[in-house]
Amino acid sequence: MHITLNGEAHTLAPDLTIAQLVESLGLTGRRIAVEVNEEIVPRSEHAATPLGEGDRVEVVHAIGGG
Amino acid sequence: MTDFIQDQPLRIAGREFSSRLLVGTGKYRDFDETGEAIAASGANVVTFAVRRTNLGQQAGEPNLLDVVPPERFTLLPNTAGCYTARDAVRTCKLARELLDGHRLVKLEVLGDDSTLYPNVVETLAAAEELINDGFDVMVYTSDDPIVARELERLGCCAIMPLGSLIGSGHGIQNPHNIRLIIEHANVPVLVDAGIGTASDAAMAMELGCDGVLMNSAIANARQPVLMASAMKKAVEAGREAFLAGRMPRRQTADPSSPFAGRING
Repeated sequence: MHITLNGEAHTLAPDLTIAQLVESLGLTGRRIAVEVNEEIVPRSEHAATPLGEGDRVEVVHAIGGG
Repeated sequence: MTDFIQDQPLRIAGREFSSRLLVGTGKYRDFDETGEAIAASGANVVTFAVRRTNLGQQAGEPNLLDVVPPERFTLLPNTAGCYTARDAVRTCKLARELLDGHRLVKLEVLGDDSTLYPNVVETLAAAEELINDGFDVMVYTSDDPIVARELERLGCCAIMPLGSLIGSGHGIQNPHNIRLIIEHANVPVLVDAGIGTASDAAMAMELGCDGVLMNSAIANARQPVLMASAMKKAVEAGREAFLAGRMPRRQTADPSSPFAGRING
Protein backbone atom coordinates (compact mmCIF):
# COMPACT_ATOMS: atom_id res chain seq x y z
CA MET A 1 0.00 0.00 0.00
CA HIS A 2 1.32 3.43 -0.98
CA ILE A 3 0.58 6.57 0.99
CA THR A 4 1.94 10.09 1.19
CA LEU A 5 3.14 10.79 4.72
CA ASN A 6 4.08 14.37 5.58
CA GLY A 7 4.58 15.06 1.89
CA GLU A 8 6.77 12.02 1.14
CA ALA A 9 5.92 8.72 -0.52
CA HIS A 10 5.84 5.70 1.82
CA THR A 11 5.07 2.03 1.23
CA LEU A 12 3.20 0.28 4.05
CA ALA A 13 1.80 -3.18 4.76
CA PRO A 14 -1.82 -3.44 3.62
CA ASP A 15 -4.64 -2.69 6.08
CA LEU A 16 -2.37 -0.87 8.52
CA THR A 17 -4.31 1.27 10.98
CA ILE A 18 -3.35 4.80 11.98
CA ALA A 19 -2.46 3.54 15.46
CA GLN A 20 -0.09 0.97 13.90
CA LEU A 21 1.46 3.61 11.66
CA VAL A 22 1.98 5.90 14.67
CA GLU A 23 3.55 3.02 16.58
CA SER A 24 5.87 2.16 13.69
CA LEU A 25 7.05 5.77 13.69
CA GLY A 26 7.83 5.57 17.41
CA LEU A 27 5.27 8.26 18.18
CA THR A 28 2.84 6.36 20.39
CA GLY A 29 1.93 8.48 23.40
CA ARG A 30 3.46 11.64 21.94
CA ARG A 31 1.44 14.82 21.54
CA ILE A 32 0.62 14.65 17.86
CA ALA A 33 -2.39 15.18 15.64
CA VAL A 34 -3.22 13.17 12.53
CA GLU A 35 -5.04 14.24 9.42
CA VAL A 36 -5.95 11.88 6.56
CA ASN A 37 -6.96 13.39 3.22
CA GLU A 38 -7.43 16.75 4.94
CA GLU A 39 -9.79 15.40 7.59
CA ILE A 40 -8.80 15.18 11.26
CA VAL A 41 -8.83 11.66 12.67
CA PRO A 42 -9.37 11.96 16.45
CA ARG A 43 -6.90 10.11 18.65
CA SER A 44 -9.72 7.92 19.98
CA GLU A 45 -10.29 6.58 16.45
CA HIS A 46 -6.68 5.82 15.47
CA ALA A 47 -6.88 2.15 16.41
CA ALA A 48 -10.06 1.59 14.42
CA THR A 49 -9.13 3.55 11.30
CA PRO A 50 -7.37 1.62 8.53
CA LEU A 51 -5.33 3.50 5.95
CA GLY A 52 -6.08 3.09 2.25
CA GLU A 53 -4.16 3.19 -1.00
CA GLY A 54 -3.18 6.72 -1.95
CA ASP A 55 -4.08 8.29 1.41
CA ARG A 56 -2.43 11.59 2.19
CA VAL A 57 -1.46 11.54 5.86
CA GLU A 58 -0.18 14.44 7.94
CA VAL A 59 1.30 13.94 11.40
CA VAL A 60 1.94 17.23 13.19
CA HIS A 61 3.14 18.49 16.55
CA ALA A 62 3.76 21.75 18.41
CA ILE A 63 6.97 23.66 17.74
CA GLY A 64 8.33 27.06 18.73
CA GLY A 65 6.75 29.97 16.89
CA GLY A 66 5.34 33.42 17.36
CA MET B 1 -4.77 56.79 47.25
CA THR B 2 -8.57 56.87 47.42
CA ASP B 3 -8.95 57.38 43.67
CA PHE B 4 -6.40 54.75 42.70
CA ILE B 5 -7.73 52.77 39.76
CA GLN B 6 -7.64 49.07 40.43
CA ASP B 7 -6.79 47.34 37.16
CA GLN B 8 -8.92 44.50 35.93
CA PRO B 9 -7.48 41.27 34.57
CA LEU B 10 -7.23 40.90 30.80
CA ARG B 11 -10.35 39.02 29.65
CA ILE B 12 -10.35 37.11 26.38
CA ALA B 13 -13.12 34.71 25.37
CA GLY B 14 -14.26 34.21 28.95
CA ARG B 15 -10.77 33.60 30.35
CA GLU B 16 -8.94 35.96 32.70
CA PHE B 17 -5.22 36.67 32.65
CA SER B 18 -3.17 38.61 35.18
CA SER B 19 -0.40 39.33 32.66
CA ARG B 20 -1.01 41.54 29.65
CA LEU B 21 2.15 40.30 27.95
CA LEU B 22 1.68 37.34 25.60
CA VAL B 23 4.75 35.65 24.18
CA GLY B 24 5.85 33.39 21.36
CA THR B 25 8.15 30.39 21.57
CA GLY B 26 10.17 30.71 18.36
CA LYS B 27 13.82 31.60 17.68
CA TYR B 28 15.22 30.55 21.07
CA ARG B 29 18.57 28.78 21.35
CA ASP B 30 17.00 25.76 23.04
CA PHE B 31 14.06 24.74 25.21
CA ASP B 32 15.88 25.73 28.42
CA GLU B 33 16.20 29.30 27.19
CA THR B 34 12.58 29.22 25.99
CA GLY B 35 11.38 28.17 29.43
CA GLU B 36 13.52 30.69 31.32
CA ALA B 37 12.46 33.58 29.10
CA ILE B 38 8.78 32.71 29.40
CA ALA B 39 9.11 32.47 33.18
CA ALA B 40 10.83 35.88 33.31
CA SER B 41 8.14 37.42 31.10
CA GLY B 42 5.40 36.38 33.51
CA ALA B 43 3.19 35.59 30.50
CA ASN B 44 0.07 33.47 30.99
CA VAL B 45 -0.62 33.04 27.28
CA VAL B 46 2.00 31.40 25.08
CA THR B 47 1.74 30.93 21.35
CA PHE B 48 3.27 28.14 19.29
CA ALA B 49 3.27 26.84 15.71
CA VAL B 50 2.02 23.55 14.27
CA ARG B 51 4.38 21.68 11.94
CA ARG B 52 4.95 18.25 10.45
CA THR B 53 6.50 15.90 12.97
CA ASN B 54 10.08 14.91 12.26
CA LEU B 55 9.61 11.22 11.48
CA GLY B 56 13.19 10.25 12.22
CA GLN B 57 13.05 11.45 15.82
CA GLN B 58 14.35 9.51 18.76
CA ALA B 59 12.16 8.34 21.60
CA GLY B 60 12.29 10.82 24.46
CA GLU B 61 13.20 13.76 22.23
CA PRO B 62 12.11 16.94 24.06
CA ASN B 63 8.82 18.49 23.08
CA LEU B 64 7.84 22.15 23.30
CA LEU B 65 4.77 21.25 25.33
CA ASP B 66 7.05 19.87 28.06
CA VAL B 67 8.40 23.43 28.49
CA VAL B 68 4.98 25.11 28.35
CA PRO B 69 2.63 22.50 29.81
CA PRO B 70 -1.08 23.12 29.07
CA GLU B 71 -1.81 22.77 32.80
CA ARG B 72 0.24 25.90 33.60
CA PHE B 73 -0.20 28.10 30.53
CA THR B 74 -3.00 29.05 28.20
CA LEU B 75 -1.66 27.74 24.93
CA LEU B 76 -2.38 29.71 21.81
CA PRO B 77 -1.74 27.69 18.65
CA ASN B 78 -1.09 29.96 15.69
CA THR B 79 -1.39 29.63 11.94
CA ALA B 80 1.97 31.22 11.16
CA GLY B 81 3.16 30.22 7.71
CA CYS B 82 -0.35 29.91 6.26
CA TYR B 83 -1.04 31.90 3.09
CA THR B 84 -4.64 30.81 2.47
CA ALA B 85 -7.78 30.63 4.57
CA ARG B 86 -7.96 26.92 3.77
CA ASP B 87 -4.52 26.17 5.21
CA ALA B 88 -5.21 28.30 8.28
CA VAL B 89 -8.48 26.49 9.00
CA ARG B 90 -6.77 23.09 8.56
CA THR B 91 -4.00 24.16 10.93
CA CYS B 92 -6.49 25.28 13.59
CA LYS B 93 -8.33 21.97 13.37
CA LEU B 94 -5.04 20.08 13.78
CA ALA B 95 -4.23 22.26 16.80
CA ARG B 96 -7.63 21.55 18.33
CA GLU B 97 -6.97 17.83 18.00
CA LEU B 98 -3.43 18.25 19.32
CA LEU B 99 -4.73 20.00 22.45
CA ASP B 100 -7.78 17.81 23.06
CA GLY B 101 -10.52 20.16 21.93
CA HIS B 102 -8.85 23.50 22.73
CA ARG B 103 -10.75 26.34 21.01
CA LEU B 104 -8.57 29.44 21.44
CA VAL B 105 -6.37 30.13 18.40
CA LYS B 106 -4.29 32.91 16.92
CA LEU B 107 -5.27 33.33 13.29
CA GLU B 108 -2.75 34.81 10.91
CA VAL B 109 -2.93 34.50 7.15
CA LEU B 110 0.06 36.01 5.43
CA GLY B 111 0.35 37.80 2.11
CA ASP B 112 3.93 37.22 1.03
CA ASP B 113 7.32 36.01 2.21
CA SER B 114 9.20 39.28 2.36
CA THR B 115 6.70 41.36 4.33
CA LEU B 116 4.68 38.65 6.11
CA TYR B 117 1.97 41.29 5.87
CA PRO B 118 -1.50 39.95 6.64
CA ASN B 119 -3.70 39.02 3.68
CA VAL B 120 -6.88 40.51 5.09
CA VAL B 121 -9.16 38.98 2.44
CA GLU B 122 -8.05 35.46 3.38
CA THR B 123 -7.98 36.41 7.08
CA LEU B 124 -11.64 37.52 7.00
CA ALA B 125 -12.67 34.31 5.21
CA ALA B 126 -10.77 32.11 7.66
CA ALA B 127 -12.10 34.00 10.70
CA GLU B 128 -15.68 33.48 9.59
CA GLU B 129 -15.20 29.76 8.97
CA LEU B 130 -13.37 29.19 12.26
CA ILE B 131 -15.93 31.10 14.32
CA ASN B 132 -18.74 29.12 12.69
CA ASP B 133 -16.85 25.97 13.69
CA GLY B 134 -16.72 27.04 17.36
CA PHE B 135 -13.20 28.45 17.59
CA ASP B 136 -12.32 31.51 19.70
CA VAL B 137 -10.28 33.56 17.26
CA MET B 138 -7.62 36.08 18.23
CA VAL B 139 -6.77 37.61 14.90
CA TYR B 140 -3.54 39.10 13.60
CA THR B 141 -4.34 41.87 11.15
CA SER B 142 -3.15 45.08 9.58
CA ASP B 143 -3.59 48.38 11.44
CA ASP B 144 -6.61 49.24 9.28
CA PRO B 145 -9.49 50.29 11.57
CA ILE B 146 -12.15 49.20 9.08
CA VAL B 147 -10.71 45.71 8.74
CA ALA B 148 -10.49 45.55 12.54
CA ARG B 149 -14.16 46.50 12.76
CA GLU B 150 -15.16 43.80 10.25
CA LEU B 151 -13.16 41.16 12.13
CA GLU B 152 -14.92 42.12 15.35
CA ARG B 153 -18.28 42.02 13.57
CA LEU B 154 -17.52 38.44 12.49
CA GLY B 155 -17.01 37.54 16.14
CA CYS B 156 -13.24 37.55 16.70
CA CYS B 157 -12.51 37.59 20.45
CA ALA B 158 -9.41 39.80 20.17
CA ILE B 159 -8.10 42.10 17.45
CA MET B 160 -4.31 42.08 17.07
CA PRO B 161 -3.01 44.72 14.67
CA LEU B 162 0.66 44.82 13.77
CA GLY B 163 2.85 47.58 15.15
CA SER B 164 5.17 47.02 12.18
CA LEU B 165 6.30 44.00 10.15
CA ILE B 166 6.73 40.67 11.94
CA GLY B 167 10.25 40.31 13.28
CA SER B 168 11.27 43.80 12.13
CA GLY B 169 11.63 45.42 15.54
CA HIS B 170 10.44 48.72 14.08
CA GLY B 171 8.01 49.36 16.90
CA ILE B 172 4.63 51.00 16.38
CA GLN B 173 4.74 52.77 13.05
CA ASN B 174 1.22 54.16 13.09
CA PRO B 175 0.10 54.87 16.65
CA HIS B 176 -2.84 56.91 15.35
CA ASN B 177 -4.34 53.87 13.65
CA ILE B 178 -3.80 51.73 16.73
CA ARG B 179 -5.63 54.36 18.76
CA LEU B 180 -8.49 54.45 16.24
CA ILE B 181 -8.83 50.69 16.45
CA ILE B 182 -8.86 50.82 20.26
CA GLU B 183 -11.44 53.61 20.37
CA HIS B 184 -13.93 51.66 18.29
CA ALA B 185 -13.33 48.10 19.50
CA ASN B 186 -15.49 46.31 22.04
CA VAL B 187 -13.11 43.36 22.30
CA PRO B 188 -9.49 43.41 23.52
CA VAL B 189 -6.93 44.99 21.18
CA LEU B 190 -3.36 43.72 21.38
CA VAL B 191 -0.40 44.89 19.34
CA ASP B 192 1.07 41.80 17.75
CA ALA B 193 4.31 42.11 15.76
CA GLY B 194 6.91 44.79 15.40
CA ILE B 195 7.87 45.36 19.03
CA GLY B 196 11.64 45.91 19.22
CA THR B 197 12.37 47.00 22.74
CA ALA B 198 10.76 47.83 26.07
CA SER B 199 9.70 51.37 25.15
CA ASP B 200 7.70 50.00 22.18
CA ALA B 201 5.76 47.73 24.51
CA ALA B 202 5.18 50.58 26.96
CA MET B 203 3.97 52.76 24.09
CA ALA B 204 1.45 50.13 23.01
CA MET B 205 0.04 50.00 26.52
CA GLU B 206 0.06 53.80 26.91
CA LEU B 207 -2.02 54.02 23.74
CA GLY B 208 -4.61 51.93 25.55
CA CYS B 209 -3.94 48.48 24.18
CA ASP B 210 -5.24 45.64 26.32
CA GLY B 211 -2.05 43.67 25.80
CA VAL B 212 1.01 43.04 23.68
CA LEU B 213 2.12 39.86 21.92
CA MET B 214 5.78 39.48 21.02
CA ASN B 215 8.41 36.89 20.18
CA SER B 216 11.47 38.23 18.33
CA ALA B 217 12.00 41.23 20.63
CA ILE B 218 12.71 38.78 23.45
CA ALA B 219 14.23 35.82 21.59
CA ASN B 220 16.54 37.95 19.43
CA ALA B 221 17.81 40.12 22.28
CA ARG B 222 21.43 39.58 23.25
CA GLN B 223 20.14 38.35 26.61
CA PRO B 224 16.61 37.01 26.03
CA VAL B 225 15.81 36.25 29.67
CA LEU B 226 16.77 39.76 30.77
CA MET B 227 14.74 41.25 27.92
CA ALA B 228 11.75 39.14 28.93
CA SER B 229 11.98 40.68 32.38
CA ALA B 230 12.25 44.17 30.84
CA MET B 231 9.16 43.54 28.72
CA LYS B 232 7.17 42.41 31.74
CA LYS B 233 7.99 45.70 33.47
CA ALA B 234 7.38 47.76 30.33
CA VAL B 235 3.91 46.30 29.81
CA GLU B 236 3.05 46.86 33.47
CA ALA B 237 4.47 50.40 33.45
CA GLY B 238 2.69 51.29 30.21
CA ARG B 239 -0.58 49.95 31.55
CA GLU B 240 -0.28 51.90 34.79
CA ALA B 241 0.62 55.06 32.88
CA PHE B 242 -2.46 54.60 30.69
CA LEU B 243 -4.70 54.12 33.72
CA ALA B 244 -3.07 57.05 35.54
CA GLY B 245 -3.63 59.34 32.54
CA ARG B 246 -0.68 61.33 31.24
CA MET B 247 -0.26 65.05 31.94
CA PRO B 248 -1.28 67.39 29.14
CA ARG B 249 1.45 68.52 26.76
CA ARG B 250 2.27 72.25 27.04
CA GLN B 251 3.91 74.65 24.62
CA THR B 252 5.77 76.51 27.37
CA ALA B 253 7.67 75.56 30.51
CA ASP B 254 5.90 75.26 33.83
CA PRO B 255 8.19 75.24 36.88
CA SER B 256 7.73 72.50 39.42
CA SER B 257 9.12 74.72 42.22
CA PRO B 258 7.00 77.72 43.30
CA PHE B 259 8.10 81.24 42.31
CA ALA B 260 6.95 82.67 45.67
CA GLY B 261 9.60 82.94 48.37
CA ARG B 262 12.63 83.00 46.10
CA ILE B 263 15.63 84.63 47.85
CA ASN B 264 16.06 87.02 44.90
CA GLY B 265 12.31 87.88 44.82
